[in-house]
Amino acid sequence: MSSTAAATAPAPAEPFLVLSGIRKAYPGVVALQGFAMSVAPGEVIGLVGENGAGKSTMMKILGGVLAPDAGTITIDGVPHAALSVSDSFKAGIAFVHQELNLFDNLDVASNIFIGREPRTGGFLQLVDTEKQRAMAAPLLKRLGAGFKPSTPVAALSLAQRQMVEIAKALSTNARLVILDEPTSSLPLSETSKLLDVIASLKAEGISVIFISHRLHEIERAADRVIVLRDGQMAGTLEKDEIKHGRMVKLMIGRDLKVQASTSVSTPGEVALDVAGVRTGTYPHQQIDLSVRNGEILGIGGLVGAGRTELARAIFGIDPIFGGHFALGGERFVPRNSADAVKRGIFLVPEDRKGSGLLLDFPIAQNISLPDLPTHTSNFLVTRHSELKTAEEQRRNLGIKVPEVMTAAATLSGGNQQKVVLAKWLAMQPRVIILDEPTRGIDVGAKAEIYRLMRSLADSGVALIMISSDMEEVIGVSDRIAVMHEGRVSGLLERPQFSEENILRLAIGKPLLEGEPA
Amino acid sequence: MNKKDLGLLVLIIVVGAVVSVINPRFLLPINLANTANLVGMFGLSALGQAFVIMTGGIELSVGSMMALTGVLFVDFIANQGIPWPVALLLMLVLAVVIGSIHGLLITRLKLQPFIVTLCGLLIYRGLARFYTGDSSAGLQGQNFDYLDFIATGRLYGVPMPFIALVIVGVIMWVVLHRSIYGRYLFAVGKNEEAARFSGIKTGIIIVSAYIICQILTVIAAIYFSMYTRSVAPSGFGNFYELYAIAAAVLGGFSLRGGEGSIIGAILGVVLLQELQDLVNLLGIPSSLNFAVMGGVILIGVLADTQFDAYRSRRRIVEAARQSPQPQSTPAE
Repeated sequence: MSSTAAATAPAPAEPFLVLSGIRKAYPGVVALQGFAMSVAPGEVIGLVGENGAGKSTMMKILGGVLAPDAGTITIDGVPHAALSVSDSFKAGIAFVHQELNLFDNLDVASNIFIGREPRTGGFLQLVDTEKQRAMAAPLLKRLGAGFKPSTPVAALSLAQRQMVEIAKALSTNARLVILDEPTSSLPLSETSKLLDVIASLKAEGISVIFISHRLHEIERAADRVIVLRDGQMAGTLEKDEIKHGRMVKLMIGRDLKVQASTSVSTPGEVALDVAGVRTGTYPHQQIDLSVRNGEILGIGGLVGAGRTELARAIFGIDPIFGGHFALGGERFVPRNSADAVKRGIFLVPEDRKGSGLLLDFPIAQNISLPDLPTHTSNFLVTRHSELKTAEEQRRNLGIKVPEVMTAAATLSGGNQQKVVLAKWLAMQPRVIILDEPTRGIDVGAKAEIYRLMRSLADSGVALIMISSDMEEVIGVSDRIAVMHEGRVSGLLERPQFSEENILRLAIGKPLLEGEPA
Repeated sequence: MNKKDLGLLVLIIVVGAVVSVINPRFLLPINLANTANLVGMFGLSALGQAFVIMTGGIELSVGSMMALTGVLFVDFIANQGIPWPVALLLMLVLAVVIGSIHGLLITRLKLQPFIVTLCGLLIYRGLARFYTGDSSAGLQGQNFDYLDFIATGRLYGVPMPFIALVIVGVIMWVVLHRSIYGRYLFAVGKNEEAARFSGIKTGIIIVSAYIICQILTVIAAIYFSMYTRSVAPSGFGNFYELYAIAAAVLGGFSLRGGEGSIIGAILGVVLLQELQDLVNLLGIPSSLNFAVMGGVILIGVLADTQFDAYRSRRRIVEAARQSPQPQSTPAE
């Protein structure tokens, strides 16, 4: 089948997959609206948009995981209101996710045919390793992979692992391969290899949907680009219209929804200084930055740029491999998180449910946990004192829950995040680091969290906010540090704030000349 | 006392009632006192195990550690002429050392609790047998001031090990359910990551659980060796870690950590000993002892999880019934 497809590839073929009028809403948010797209064999479609623009919703609909509220999905002329997972598979749609689903204790061939192994040995049903490898070899050859079917996946680089995923997709006779941010965690040298793979898929008549933040790669690879913005189609660019600037304009072209919250007072002394710090993930890079009392320092950048690692290092979770921190001029390297907490450095972690909260614990006990010694007499916890603090925090932060002894698991995302904040606000914060503080939180609760952050800053606390949401970084920060591959690639003052500037720094490019300084 | 503990108590009473109807000797003071004696000794070691299980760990070296400290203690006081309070102190020091080593191997060197304590199981058993040249260490009719009374005496007919269990149980209840340390234990056991992100030194909490376990193990070992008055290093304490684990699990502890109550663990021990007694009194061949125990634990744990599953299913069904039908679900 693949050989015939290769022969017909150059001709502009009829689209086999057509989406029209797709709409999906969640309580409080419209994730996708009026989405239309057609995919012809051998077409490479770039899908760009910021976080939350609706890309992943679109993917889930195509994968049969989510049913759209409205619209039709037409496959080979047959309209469907929604796809099931097996519909999607039968239609030849395959996914390569950002987080790869490979077993690195198995070899390449076993990964490609996992669950579909060729059998031998009669009723013993043994895995026919030889045949499996023989079947994998042509797939790898088609992709121009330089490794063998018998290579253990553990020995492969990230780009090579993605090739394994793509080979897996090919082995199911996929007609459409959807690559979700395949290059976001790849170094540049590996990226061009992946782009070659996309080209060879195209040459065989296999279509690709390529989701990426890295616009110049889209520019190189895509025949057509669909720009999503807040669940709407902001525009479609045909081959000759695909220009970096136009994509950025379509991605950004709207009013900022986040109220730019300016600080009332000028920021004070430097609260926390990060001097030449090396983290375990990027030991060859140094991080230097500082945050002042009363200011919100935004840290922008792509996922995997080393921002969370920095936050964990400041909070004493992970060790550092060089440099030091200084709090109010006093040098320190935290030995553990207890050490950081004692100094008044608090972290609202990225993984709210896994690290921020004990979901089974009542709200009151979550709030009192870091500060238990103040809620005790004679080493015994005094529930009365815990409840009092929890009640205070509930009122101050507007945590919407009738009872502070309710388990944290039952709260909505926004209220859970308020509980995480409440733990720290009940103590004496000097520096608060918030890692993706509003991810998965509805708009109303977001605004409340921004307000809280600003009032904390106004009371003299230094805040560091890590966020991949451009709008949020621009709307909330007083200054923005952008990180790229383990270092601070640039520092923006308020007049320089723009999504374009952040994007350029985030992908490691210098700012354009003639920017207002 | 929570619902689970109450259920276990009801089960204990029901089983007791049935046994005493069939064989009234169950309620004889001598039988009750004997059972209480065993409950006391096994209970002490179960409480220790409970602290380790609370952290999501497991301590398999308990039985071997009992054999090692049993032979050392008996030999020290019977043959080496060491005063028993000194010998006791030495054993407690040993407990702290062993507990710290286990804890540090697990927290610092990231070894799995099962492996660390399995190696402990083999090592301490071997050392115990080597120490006595595989022969028993015994007390040859010697008497020890106070120790005999503290270990094997009766107070108003109540055996001392049981009294010790009550005292230790009350202390441990306060520690686990009321103290800062106890709260930290629950937090670390439930989600170590979240505990660390709340500024808790999780390593120290885990190490201390292993130390507490070893201390209670040593105390139980001394009660056992004074009770048997002779310690055979190859057999003494065999399977005792499993009794302790079984009691804790019956009492509502989850091997995943972060769940359980002291009362539950003690009731778990009571139920296990009641079953032993039942086998004896009902004329069931004593070779079936383990089978009965295993069967009851399995049924108990099954009933518990099935009941939980049933309750959550009913909650969902209830919620579905209360919310109105959405308009957009016509039949295909």
